[in-house]
Amino acid sequence: MSRPVRFNMIQKDTSDLGINNVQLPEGHMGEGFFATSLDKVVGMARKNSMWPLPFATSCCGIEFMATMGSHYDLSRFGSERVGFSPRQCDLLMVMGTIAKKMGPVLRQVYLQMAEPRWVMAVGACASSGGIFDTYSVLQGIDQVIPVDVYVPGCPPRPEAIIDGVLKIQELVENESLRRRTGDQYKALLGGYGIQ
Amino acid sequence: MLEQGNIHLPEGSIEKQTTTLNLGPTHPATHGVFQNILEMDGERIIKAESTVGYIHRAFEKLAERRPLNQITTLTDRLNYCSAPLNNMGWHLTCEKLLGVKTPKRVDYLRVIIMELSRISDHLICNSIVGVDTGAYTGFLYVMQYRELVYEIYEEVCGSRLTTNMGRIGGFERNFSDVAFQKIEKFLAEFPGVWKEFENLFNRNRIFIERTVGTGAISAERALNYGFTGPNLRAAGVDYDVRVHSPYSSYEDFDFIIPVGTTGDNNDRFQVRNEEIWQSLSIIRQAYQKVQAFKGTEADVYHADAPEYYLPAKADVYTKMEALIYHFKIVMGETEIPAGEVYQSIEGGNGELGFYLISDGGRTPYRLHFRRPCFIYYQAYSEIVKDTMLSDAIVTLSSLNLIAGEMDA
Amino acid sequence: MFLTHETIKETLAAQFGDKILGWEESYGMLSFTIQPDHNLKALTFLNDDPAMGFQFLTDVTAVHYPDRKGEEIAVVYHLHNLKENVRLRMKLFVPVEKPDVYTATGLFSGANWMERETYDFYGVNFVGHPDLRRVLNVDEMDYFPLRKEFPLEDQTRIDKDDEMFGR
Repeated sequence: MSRPVRFNMIQKDTSDLGINNVQLPEGHMGEGFFATSLDKVVGMARKNSMWPLPFATSCCGIEFMATMGSHYDLSRFGSERVGFSPRQCDLLMVMGTIAKKMGPVLRQVYLQMAEPRWVMAVGACASSGGIFDTYSVLQGIDQVIPVDVYVPGCPPRPEAIIDGVLKIQELVENESLRRRTGDQYKALLGGYGIQ
Repeated sequence: MLEQGNIHLPEGSIEKQTTTLNLGPTHPATHGVFQNILEMDGERIIKAESTVGYIHRAFEKLAERRPLNQITTLTDRLNYCSAPLNNMGWHLTCEKLLGVKTPKRVDYLRVIIMELSRISDHLICNSIVGVDTGAYTGFLYVMQYRELVYEIYEEVCGSRLTTNMGRIGGFERNFSDVAFQKIEKFLAEFPGVWKEFENLFNRNRIFIERTVGTGAISAERALNYGFTGPNLRAAGVDYDVRVHSPYSSYEDFDFIIPVGTTGDNNDRFQVRNEEIWQSLSIIRQAYQKVQAFKGTEADVYHADAPEYYLPAKADVYTKMEALIYHFKIVMGETEIPAGEVYQSIEGGNGELGFYLISDGGRTPYRLHFRRPCFIYYQAYSEIVKDTMLSDAIVTLSSLNLIAGEMDA
Repeated sequence: MFLTHETIKETLAAQFGDKILGWEESYGMLSFTIQPDHNLKALTFLNDDPAMGFQFLTDVTAVHYPDRKGEEIAVVYHLHNLKENVRLRMKLFVPVEKPDVYTATGLFSGANWMERETYDFYGVNFVGHPDLRRVLNVDEMDYFPLRKEFPLEDQTRIDKDDEMFGR
């Protein structure tokens, strides 16, 4: 089968596309001012500057390194600054298998994060234990911490990880400012034994 | 001799002269989940105690329940930076136990894939050593070329990272022309990039002062600990499984084994650098040898072992034996002959060994992985004693510890 | 000097005589079984004797054979003579009630964690080991998981349906 290389061969001219960055939320625009509701502005600001904490344990961590690299580039979406201190980060991306030995460590890192915080389980092992249905692997991190977005795959392609980040951004944009102090959220955390 | 000798502690005080620092399982500088509890006197490390097992996934127990071709997916996740190497090692072990002999073209194709994965493993290790000394640019620049390697894997087996590449007796499909074009593209573009990367580091004063003389281990201690791979070769011992017990026709290739002198961080860095050049040369030779097969020989991509390798679909639909073999292989019901075999390959970190005991059933009775990372991490506390914390961090990354391989 | 399997057999038989319980040769590697209390003597001899020179310990592991009553756990050492490129496998069998084996850490520093892993998985008690505790599993685990009587999966799960998943 002789099939020549047929992708990535044409230089595209993107000069006239008018790349725009962020959608303005609904509101009233006037001369020198723009009026909208507070949670929309806060949501827009938060979603475009998420500071992720890559909790990379195994193979999914290497795919995350590829996602942060220049080919797939996660920083296009605002996640430029990855931090390793939970006190400074919003998004906990758990990538890789979490063993039972590691569960308490993960919980401690989650507890150290300040509200509002989101959790993304990247990969099959973090979502549900993956192919390791064994005595030593935690069958999904939602046994110990609440999770917002699950990205399946073993490992998920960088495009899938970016899709997960986009879904997190959707959650962040639409979140009400009162969610974190409300009863439903407190009940959710209570279910995990977190005050 | 503690430097803070002027601190007088009262009798029976619970305070100590040393500080305990937990270089914990989650830390940006430990590339993988393992913990070090360091007793420090100021910046100097008095004692280091390592804990592993934070990603123990019970591979060996899991393997007792899986037929041979399903264990390949487990071996992917050992050293996940160079997954095809582990896969090929496992296939070689199975072929040794089952008595399957692979044709030369399959061996040469395997060599290309194994050396590509060795390059991608050393690439990550060396660029991360750069990152740990503060040079982030090299890492980002060179990760782009790992994408080229991933594209080659995708052409061959469909997956980027956890490849499950190849089958017992060969490959699942012949390498397409696109795969060969991509290999040529890699061979054309990568040497220039790697030369640039070396120019950034080899004579860089800061890098040399950070890495020369730190993290040294002598050849006797390294051998006593059971070191293998680039870490042992940096200490001066030229033990390479590809040369000592050649597998997959490595004896047909012409390459040198780079060896260091002192076993310090700089030697490990340089040994890995040179191994990348040698791997590039091996891939070129293997590529020419593969291209030399013409006609029907160029269509050979697996051994003739119908009990262990899936027969062609046309045969499955028309012949009875092929249908039975297909059923048995897919359902995992092929009987493995009883016996015990130990096969080792030169993995990215050293001698990766597979000790397989079979009792004649459909799954192994016992499978043990001899994991180089687990074995040489023991030496970390000895290497790092009486050095500064910043040297300990660079040593940690230059030893190339992959947590998946350590814990298995 | 060329180290062949015959030379190894003769030298070891001359040194240990009836302590060696059996010889096997499988897939090119010579393997012998020795009485469990002589393992350290055999390792030291193989290490120090100039004719043998097995100075590299490749691996220490164990296998559980529940059917062999009285000697259920086999401890397997893989040795390698780097100069002559010869590999050797040494096995010894211990009963599961009292799996005591002398440690090789005095001879090979690399045996430290390998023996800890063997203890973690099978419960083999290495006498004289400086720090014999679990290395890969959680410290609180009270059983030895790789023994054949223990299951692979976590038995405390309530969300997986056994009938559907054929465990």
